[in-house]
This record gives sequence, C-alpha cells and structure tokens, in this order.
Amino acid sequence: MRDKRLTFKKRLHILKHHYRGKKLAPAFNAFHTFLFSPNETTHSGAHVRAVDDLKRTMNTVIMALIPVLLFSMFNAGYQHYAAIDAASGTPRELSVWGNFLTWENFWIGITEVLPLVIVSYGVGLLIEFIFAVIKGHEVEEGYLVTGMLVPLIVPIDTPLWMLAVAVAFGVVIGKEVFGGTGMNILNPALTIRAFLFFAYPTWMSGDKVWVHQAVERAGTPDAISGETILGYLAQNRADEYAYSISDMFFGFIPGSVGETSTFLILLGGLFLIFSKIASWRIMLSAVIGALVMGLIFNGAVDAGWITESSNFYGLMSFEFWKHLIVGGLAFGIVYMATDPVTGAQTNRGKWFYGFFIGFISVMIRVFNPAYPEGVFLAILLMNVFAPTIDHYVVRGNIRRRMKRLKTATIHPKTTDEQAGKLKVETV
Amino acid sequence: MALLSKKDSNLILDPLADNNPITIQVLGICSALAITAELNASIVMALSVIFVLGLGNVVISLMRNIIPSKIRIIVQLVVVATLVIIVDQVLKAFAYELSKTLAVFVGLIITNCIIMGRFEAFALGNGPWRSFLDGIGNAAGYGLILIIVGFFRELLGSGTLLGFPVLGDPIAKTGLYAIGYENNGFMLLSPMALIVVGIIIWVQRTRNPALVEEN
Repeated sequence: MRDKRLTFKKRLHILKHHYRGKKLAPAFNAFHTFLFSPNETTHSGAHVRAVDDLKRTMNTVIMALIPVLLFSMFNAGYQHYAAIDAASGTPRELSVWGNFLTWENFWIGITEVLPLVIVSYGVGLLIEFIFAVIKGHEVEEGYLVTGMLVPLIVPIDTPLWMLAVAVAFGVVIGKEVFGGTGMNILNPALTIRAFLFFAYPTWMSGDKVWVHQAVERAGTPDAISGETILGYLAQNRADEYAYSISDMFFGFIPGSVGETSTFLILLGGLFLIFSKIASWRIMLSAVIGALVMGLIFNGAVDAGWITESSNFYGLMSFEFWKHLIVGGLAFGIVYMATDPVTGAQTNRGKWFYGFFIGFISVMIRVFNPAYPEGVFLAILLMNVFAPTIDHYVVRGNIRRRMKRLKTATIHPKTTDEQAGKLKVETV
Repeated sequence: MALLSKKDSNLILDPLADNNPITIQVLGICSALAITAELNASIVMALSVIFVLGLGNVVISLMRNIIPSKIRIIVQLVVVATLVIIVDQVLKAFAYELSKTLAVFVGLIITNCIIMGRFEAFALGNGPWRSFLDGIGNAAGYGLILIIVGFFRELLGSGTLLGFPVLGDPIAKTGLYAIGYENNGFMLLSPMALIVVGIIIWVQRTRNPALVEEN
C-alpha cells in the first residue's frame, strides 16, 4: 500500500513529464523547482558568475531579508500606536519587551505588510509566468528577490492596486523588454519604486504616508503625524522630533516598511558578505561616499556658508554619520546597490560605483526640495553608469598590461628588428 | 480605389503602418514626446504637420527642376518656414490658449526631421500630385502616433479626453475616483511618452515580424 502512495514531489514530477514540450511546461517546471531543489545548476545568463543554482543566491538574499520583514511588521504597529499616543499628548516610552514586541503591533503589521508582499509576488510572478509561456523558456528566478524588496521599500499604506500597477510596469518595462533576468539595465525593484514615486507622488511623499492610518485620519480630531526624521530636517524642524540615536539605529522610527532598522540591515549585510553573495566593496565604498558628502555639507555649515535661514540648514547641519542610520540609505546600499545584474562587475569599478551611490544619495537628500530622500534615484543613476565604469576599468587594465608586456619583452638584448615586430603585434 | 491607383494609395497607406515615420524611421521624436500630454494638442500638431508637409512637398516638387542643388536646403527651409509661420499665426489668431500650450513646438516644425526628410527623399524626385500624397501620408502617419500617445497620456494622466472628464471628478471623488482610482502623474512627464512610443513599436513589431531588423 505504502509504495503506491505518491509523494507530492513525485506527483509534480509526473505532471512535469506529462506537460513536457507543451506550452504550459515552464509554469510547471517553475513551480516544481520553487518547492524542491533542482539537480542542475544554472548554465546560462549574462549574470552568472558561479556554478551555484541561481536560486541559492536568491534564497540567501531572502533569508537576509526575513529579520527585516519581521521587524517591519512590529514597527508598523508600534509607529501607529506611538503616533496616536503622541497626538493625545502622552508620548510613549519605548520598551522593546513591553510595548514593541506585542501581538497588537504585530497584528497591524501583518494585516498591512502581508498584503503588500502577496500582491508584489502575485503580480510579479504572474507576469514572469506569462512571459515564460509566450517566449517558451523556463521561468526565471529573478523575481524572487525583487518581490520581497518591493513591499519593504514602499510606505505602509500604499494602495494595493497602485502596487500592482507599479509591479506590472517595473517587471515588463524594467526587465522583460530587455530580455528578462540578467539582462536588465535598471534594478527592477527600484524601477517599481521610481514609478510609484513619479506616478502617485501624494502617496509616496509628504508628512502623512509613513505611519499607518495617518492619511485617512488627516483633518479629523484623531489626526496623527506621519513625518520622518528627514522630513523634519528638510523643514528645518530638527528640534521637533524626539528620536534618540539608538531609536534611529535599531529602527524604532517611521519610514518605508523595511528601511528603518539599520541594525538588522547591517546583520543582513554581514550575512550576505560572509556567504559571498553581495559585494563588500560596493557596501563599504557607498558608506564612504555618503560620509564624504555628509562631511562636505557639515563643513559648509561650520564654515558659515549656510546659515539657519537657509532652506538646506536642517539637512546640511545633520551630523554626517547620522545619514547612514536614517532613511533608506542602509537598505539601499545593502540590498539594492549590490544587485549583481545591474551593479558594476569589475572590482575596481565597484569602488567607483558604490562611492557615487553614497555620495549622490546624500546630495539628492539635501538638495531635493520636494522629497528629502534620494537613495533610489542615486542607485538607478549609477545602474545606468555601471557598464560605462566597467568599460573604462577593463580598458585601463588592458592598457596597463600592454605597457607591462612591452617593458617586459623589449629588454636591451632584443634587437631593434624584434622590438619593431613586437610593437606591430601589440598595437 | 477608383480615385487613386494602387501605387498612389500606397504612398498614403504605407507611412500609416509599415513605414511609419515615428515607429519605424524613428524621426520627429522630440515633438512627439513634448506635446502629447493632451489629446487636443496632439491633434492640432498633427493637422499642422499635415498642412505643412502636404503643401511643402507640392511646392518643392514644383520647383524641383529649377532649384540649384547646392542651395536646395536653404530653399527647403524658406518654404517650410513660410508655411510654419502661416500655421503659427493662424493658431495665435484663432486658438490662442492652444498655441500657448504648443509654444515653441509649432516653430520647431521647421526642424522636424520628417519634413526635411520627405523634401529630400521624395519631393525633389517626384511630381506634385504624388509628392502631395506622400506628404499627406507621412504627416498622417506621424499624426496617428501622436494621437494614440496623446489619447493614453491624457486619459491615464489627467483622466480627461479633449478636456472632458471621462473618468469622473478627482476632487469631488465621482466615477472611478470614488473607488480609489488616482491619476498617474508619470503619464504627464515626457519619459512616459517615450515608453508609450516604445510600447507601440513593440506591439507593431510583434504583429509584423518582417519589421524586426536582423542582429
């Protein structure tokens, strides 16, 4: 009796054989390999630099994102109730075990964040399946990470249909038109974020969207604030927020769903570095870039070029290192800038690529009058320049080696005739 | 087609689809991106270009045997500039608001690659009647894309068509807006026009694989 019962895996396997060569085959294969580990490794694609199955890479990134996701669920509820308390005049003291890790907080988080995750994966994978069936190739795993990143970089109350439209746009225009996973120029998750930002700015910026229900309560007696730290700074109201440095570092602040906890992002980043999935060069150089730009701004304030009457005073006088622990900079650097497809590929190129991401992020943060954050724009900009950076790094290497070749081969003993011949060959 | 021979009717029909100036030749893109946020601006622009290119082709064709080839570009510019100024003045006189929307782009019809391209490629070598048909056809092909892009950009970006609110009132929350729909602000920005043109090219090439170049 027992051996007649088929396991789920076997059933899938039989189905797979049944549909082999038919139109829907890629859909079955994708489902099968999503649930069970395949016994082959990824063997094609411009982005493959190792013999791992691409899914191992993807799963590692998702594992690194799980703590961030769980924290964001608690934080969503905590910020909501904290804002209500603050509005009623009795600000609550943060206590991690007392009023943070509570079922009440988690419930708000789960009812608000989980739908974002489901819509993101549902729409994104549906489009991937459709394209795989039309183009007749296997479903690509590229969306597994994107689908998890997207809900973490949008405001908590983003309407689900907007997210669905943006995901459809991002996957089709950002990825599929270029040929699918591994061929895209722009990071798909950030394409989705940029689309949302430009298409529905009222839902993506301002002082309401960052805390659950702040938008729908606006104008009523129950109104609560949804302002971020950067928002306060951009309006030169630095003395009005009451978040301590540890709040900022551990993430008990309002912001996009998953971007707040620098601590957990740091852990995720270390995990990705030690599992050799993400490039430490990009992360480190981006941090350096942000610090340099922050120091320049601090210096401008110290030198007296920017006075308190300036619109930029709040953000420019913000201590340079604090830029790393507020807003989306840490999240962007760890999970978005290190995307192996859209980032620089050469080691030297990664330093330039990362440095400018940090540098430009802080610059946009300070100078963008409408929206005091620019990480996604900076990364998209550098995505566009990554191939150019790589091109010049490779050219530089070739030139240097040519020179070395010449000096090594044309030593005094060589006759002029031989030297001339060598020159012709190397040119 | 009793009125036109097969060859002549192709002069008009080809540029509408398989030899479209925008989607196949990729000419005249700048004005297609700049003025298509509203449908009526697209329509007026399309009519202006039909007028300029149709008449311009006839004039150049009539003069084709007396234009010294060394100064032909200057002659072409004089002809197109004259026609564009007529269009510009008419718009200013009868549709002032619209001419402000179109702003500099009416004047820039002079530099529209499609117009100089047809003068050079067709009118200088063909008779007036065929040149006229070719001019009308190419301008209509250009206008067709403008109107398609303008239709989607105005509908999705502002929720209106030709200024009429077709999706309801976004402020009073009627129609679609009552269930939470919102206008897509990205549609009003030029990058989205490029993406819409790109999607039209995509659809066109999927329907007719003969248009796809070999790599």
